[in-house]
Amino acid sequence: MNIHEYQAKELLRRHGVPVLRGKAVFSAADAGAVAYNDFVQKGVNVLVVKAQIHAGGRGKGTVENPTTGAPIELFGKQLRGVTVITEGNLADRAYQVADGLLNNKLVTIQTGPEGKIVRRVFIEEGCDIGHEYYCSILLDRQTSQNIVMVSTEGGVDIEEVAEHSPEKIIKEWIDPLTGFRGFQARRLAFGLGLSGAAFKSFVAFIQKLYTAYEALDCSMLEVNPLVVTKGGDFIALDAKINIDDNALDRHPDIAELRDTSEEDPLEVEAGKYNLNYIKLDGNVGCMVNGAGLAMGTMDIIQLAGGKPANFLDVGGGANVERIANAFRIMMSDPHVEAVLINIFGGIVRCDRVANGILAALEQVKVDVPVIVRLDGTNAEEAREILRKSGLDFLVAATLQDAADKVTVALSRSKQPVA
Amino acid sequence: MSVLVNKASKILVQGITGGEGTFHSSQMLQYGTNVVGGVTPGKGGSMYSGKGDDTFTRPVPVYNTVSEARRETKADVSIIFVPAAMAADAILEAIEAGIETIICITEGIPVNDMIPVKAALDRSNSRLIGPNCPGIITPGETKIGIMPGFIFTPGTIGLVSRSGTLTYEAVKQLSDVGLGQSTCIGIGGDPIIGTKFIDAIELFNNDPKTEAIVMIGEIGGTAEEEAAEYIKAHVKKPVVGFIAGQTAPPGRRMGHAGAIISGGKGTAADKMATMRACGIHVVESPATIGVTMKKVLEGGLTNGTSKPKAAAKATKTKKK
Repeated sequence: MNIHEYQAKELLRRHGVPVLRGKAVFSAADAGAVAYNDFVQKGVNVLVVKAQIHAGGRGKGTVENPTTGAPIELFGKQLRGVTVITEGNLADRAYQVADGLLNNKLVTIQTGPEGKIVRRVFIEEGCDIGHEYYCSILLDRQTSQNIVMVSTEGGVDIEEVAEHSPEKIIKEWIDPLTGFRGFQARRLAFGLGLSGAAFKSFVAFIQKLYTAYEALDCSMLEVNPLVVTKGGDFIALDAKINIDDNALDRHPDIAELRDTSEEDPLEVEAGKYNLNYIKLDGNVGCMVNGAGLAMGTMDIIQLAGGKPANFLDVGGGANVERIANAFRIMMSDPHVEAVLINIFGGIVRCDRVANGILAALEQVKVDVPVIVRLDGTNAEEAREILRKSGLDFLVAATLQDAADKVTVALSRSKQPVA
Repeated sequence: MSVLVNKASKILVQGITGGEGTFHSSQMLQYGTNVVGGVTPGKGGSMYSGKGDDTFTRPVPVYNTVSEARRETKADVSIIFVPAAMAADAILEAIEAGIETIICITEGIPVNDMIPVKAALDRSNSRLIGPNCPGIITPGETKIGIMPGFIFTPGTIGLVSRSGTLTYEAVKQLSDVGLGQSTCIGIGGDPIIGTKFIDAIELFNNDPKTEAIVMIGEIGGTAEEEAAEYIKAHVKKPVVGFIAGQTAPPGRRMGHAGAIISGGKGTAADKMATMRACGIHVVESPATIGVTMKKVLEGGLTNGTSKPKAAAKATKTKKK
């Protein structure tokens, strides 16, 4: 699960990781009030206003009108996802920046051209940056150990650093039996060329960060940039946290941080029925049992000349209600021109799935060709049930047969009605 | 011969009295699997015969701990059906008891729970299959998992896969073209698993009964690439491979926790290219796994590709 920067920073702060003082707001009026009451009044003379979306590259991203795509300009410049305010009436300017961000879309390198609507804004005090570093913690699948990575190249795209100057990324692997040790933290600090107060501050920072990573069940924690102030203090200037979905049960407080407005509405809806659905931009909907077979079915659709409109794993217990909900969600996507149902009945009996499909079709209107491939336990009976139903299914016996029928269905749907 | 498990394997079921444990124990017993005992803390000392539709073909003794069960039954294999929150503990208990082969079916174990488990495994003589997997089967001998037994046929193809239903799909195709299986191993879809492709392929390579290998991977990680390099260096048996997720968008988790393409790594295209370069017959469509293997075994396909025209690699190998 992804969370916003301001939420990540609050979690880190609770674990003693140094972050700057900040507050999230949902309206421009609140932005102005918070800027004045919580910051200006307390002597802060630099404010940073940051759009909160679940995507990186905000600082270089452009803010646009969500309907026209026209760029939003402020103070004679293109408005970006992050604005530093150093002059003028700070509270008034914070109000104007928030007003420009909220309900407009932010297009960054990670959002794609469709961008993301900004619904929350984070106001933070500024700091005098001495140098920007990079830092992240994640699982190294090859060793099955967590790995802490730091680099002197902060504030930039780390993938580029990894590609062009991999020697600038310093790594420490964490043995789960001994944990993240002081010597490892020091080795990272020496690797970054630190000394004096900054050295001490970094060693404390990175150890607290690792403790937070484990305590929060993160699957990824990235601080980019990690900054050292001119006074030698290390501070997480940005924070990106990904929480292991499988661990959310033991963190109900973190589970509550989920922002469903950042997710596709159909995916949120599917989640309510425990359906594993991911919306894609193709024209052939698919409903499959099992994640691997679902991915394989998407591949089949592409090879058959279509494009998968979704990933949908209905899981093991394919009962009428599940199938009906799956159909409804799949058919809410207006781009679907054909549907392929691919169920390999192992423990699940195909005849029950077939009856489930018929019952679901009484509840949900489906006006595109439906290809059904049921194989495995009681597959023959299932095909018979579908044939006898009088409904216009394209019944396939094998996966290849299903692929061929997708091609046929697509060519049919493209023909103009005579 | 077969890999890891056979008729003689003595199986313990951890979580035997739970819903999943009961159902699949009854299915395994029906298949002829030698289930010698079960473990449910607090229910030790009783005999368990399943319940309702899932009544066992014979009663099974239940023990409080794995070590006690191992001492009494001499079990060498354990299959785990306990809920995700307790699963890591169940694996550690099996390791501590000295169980040789541990199969964990449970889905949804937090990664942070699995990191110490993997470290403990590396310091033990136990092998873990899974978690989040369908289990292992040596057709006609023993089924230790949740797969539908009737689609498997005894034979000489070894199969290793990260996915459950895609395994069934491939097995059905193999059986349909008359190719039976020596052993099929579902290694699981999680980021941390006990047995990787490379381990399973090494086992198949050393098994005289296995004549050819099917490997079914998916997007995410680099385990398929590591296995491909191993195959290139050590494996003379033909290998047919498929990678699920050619159409998956980057950055999204496709059902399995391990199935995510990040930072341009772990794409299906990369994996397939490496596998082809290492001499694996890579199919683009999961519908052609069975027929491709048949063609390969009949000598109709040369090394490294399912498209005969790109067989430059094969000629090179043959010259040696």
